[in-house]
Amino acid sequence: MTAPLLQITDLVKDFPVKSGILQRATGHVRAVAGVSLDVNKGETVGLVGESGCGKSTLGRMLVRLIEPSEGSIRFEDEDIAHLKGPELKAMRLRMQMIFQDPYSSLDPRSPVGNSVAEGLKIHGIGDSDERHERVMEMLDVVGLESYHAHRFPHEFSGGQRQRIGIARALIMRPKFVVADEPVSALDVSVQAQVLNLLKDLQKDLDLTLLFIAHNLAVVEHISDRVAVMYLGRIVEVTDRDSLYANPTHPYTQALLSSIPIPDPTVNRNRIVLQGDVPSPLDPPSGCRFHPRCPIAVEGVCDVEEPELLEVGDGKETHVAACHLRTGAHRHLDPAPR
Amino acid sequence: MADDKPRLEDLAAADEERLLDKPTGLWRGAWRRLLRRKGGVIGLFIIGLMVLVALLAPLIAPYDPNEVLIGKEDVVKRGDPCVHLFGCDSEKPQHIMGVDGNVRDQFSRVVYGSRVSLSVGFSTVLVAFTVGATLGAVAGFWGGWLDNVIMRIMDVVLGFPSLLLAIAIVADLGRGIRNTLLAIAIVSIPVYARVMRSSVLAIRELDYVAASRALGASKMRILVTRVMPNALTPLVVIGTLGIATAILDMAAFGFLGLGAQPPAAEWGSMLASERNQVFSAPHLVFFPGLAIMITVLGFNLLGDGLRDALDPSLAD
Repeated sequence: MTAPLLQITDLVKDFPVKSGILQRATGHVRAVAGVSLDVNKGETVGLVGESGCGKSTLGRMLVRLIEPSEGSIRFEDEDIAHLKGPELKAMRLRMQMIFQDPYSSLDPRSPVGNSVAEGLKIHGIGDSDERHERVMEMLDVVGLESYHAHRFPHEFSGGQRQRIGIARALIMRPKFVVADEPVSALDVSVQAQVLNLLKDLQKDLDLTLLFIAHNLAVVEHISDRVAVMYLGRIVEVTDRDSLYANPTHPYTQALLSSIPIPDPTVNRNRIVLQGDVPSPLDPPSGCRFHPRCPIAVEGVCDVEEPELLEVGDGKETHVAACHLRTGAHRHLDPAPR
Repeated sequence: MADDKPRLEDLAAADEERLLDKPTGLWRGAWRRLLRRKGGVIGLFIIGLMVLVALLAPLIAPYDPNEVLIGKEDVVKRGDPCVHLFGCDSEKPQHIMGVDGNVRDQFSRVVYGSRVSLSVGFSTVLVAFTVGATLGAVAGFWGGWLDNVIMRIMDVVLGFPSLLLAIAIVADLGRGIRNTLLAIAIVSIPVYARVMRSSVLAIRELDYVAASRALGASKMRILVTRVMPNALTPLVVIGTLGIATAILDMAAFGFLGLGAQPPAAEWGSMLASERNQVFSAPHLVFFPGLAIMITVLGFNLLGDGLRDALDPSLAD
């Protein structure tokens, strides 16, 4: 296999917590606590997890909107985690981001044509005629009309705005795009439209996509592989089919069981997690999921931090971080609850 | 709702036409919303009238504002208004607002006074707006120690009663319109700086700024093309209201004898010089006072109208 396009190793982000009248840093929140993940060229990786688990922080670190605290991001064999100045600017040509909120991600005082053309202008690509042409082309690609270029964002619907955001991100022909919950702010009917657009564009432009979502159903539709995140860590990575067929980590199972099935006759065992996500200020010892885990074993799960290990279902790419399902303790009896 | 087919098509065609012709800019939309508000229109009308009066002062005023009429006409010191239309003896020279203590035509002085008030109003706000907005934008956008230094200085300036501080500045620089203007501008800088800073702080966290950053835009580019234009809206409203305050302050300085120096026709100093004759010659304080009031009212109405018109959440 060729080297992955993007190789994330032990990536960490600490946010300082300031308190007191002097606003001194009194501690930190580890929003992303050592994440390693490979993304291959041309694939779509779904990143799921509940609110506050650090998935957006991770996504924003990858496109360098947030400075990583530790770890490395190798992109096309170049460590981009600490690039600065002109190198960083050059890197931005290859990496773009699509934002969650289509209302705050477009400048309300800028005609959308200008917003879409901004990247070209910043990087001095083409003269104004060429830029204009490319903007029109891009608007057409995302299903908008050329006269839309002179309109202002408030004249568009949420779905249209999101497509403008996509046009803005893709006009520079990036290789890798982070889509941060691009459809979660949209109506369900429009979600499908935007998802399908992304899917088509991914194929046509040979994009590599990191698709962040909190909704497994959306991820299932678009992803080749899925990574599940909990409290700053990745707990399971696998291809889409085995995630849905053979979820291994108890958190993944709980997430999957929360997808509604539109059939009242199906009787399911729903796994309802107890309690809230613990504060990342003071994460639980051992496995970060153990206080809410239905099968956690005392003396193991609350002591040792599990690593991502092969699940052993015949797929070497299926890894999970659970003492009871992988590794040395896999034959321990789950705790009765 | 269009329920029959032809009408629906008409609508679609009209819609298409509307979309194809030149787009309505944001400012034009705001202008249209402003014209739909009674207060805004009245304010606009008053200010328009005042600007016209100031520009055409030589044509409107029947006399030179500083011309002493003693010996030239049959008038007395602090003479009552004489309007031929209202039954004043047509033999007497017409002075519709009367004659002041130095036997000058009050109407001409009030007309010329609008020049001082308006130019002072606009130029103080221009100075304070430019300096304040720049300082606030820099403080809010770069943050850190620069923010602290700038805003603490602003806090110190705000800590003084503004008129008192302005008086101190004038005392140091010397009297006169220009120094007063500068003093009023300096004391109103912190207001603009604070408002600018807070809107910059809010805007720099928005996703469209992040998007610009992700595209590779420099800090300067983001500040100038994305942050500033969006942060200016609240400042425009404050600026309009600030003109009114500046005019009032200027009048106050004139009244205290620190602003315009005699014989300059300025509303505040006109009030001051005749304040002891309020009961014997009320018209001499009534008309300059009325002029101040109407102008200030005009700017306040316009400011309120703009506040609504520039609110992007109120689509038209």
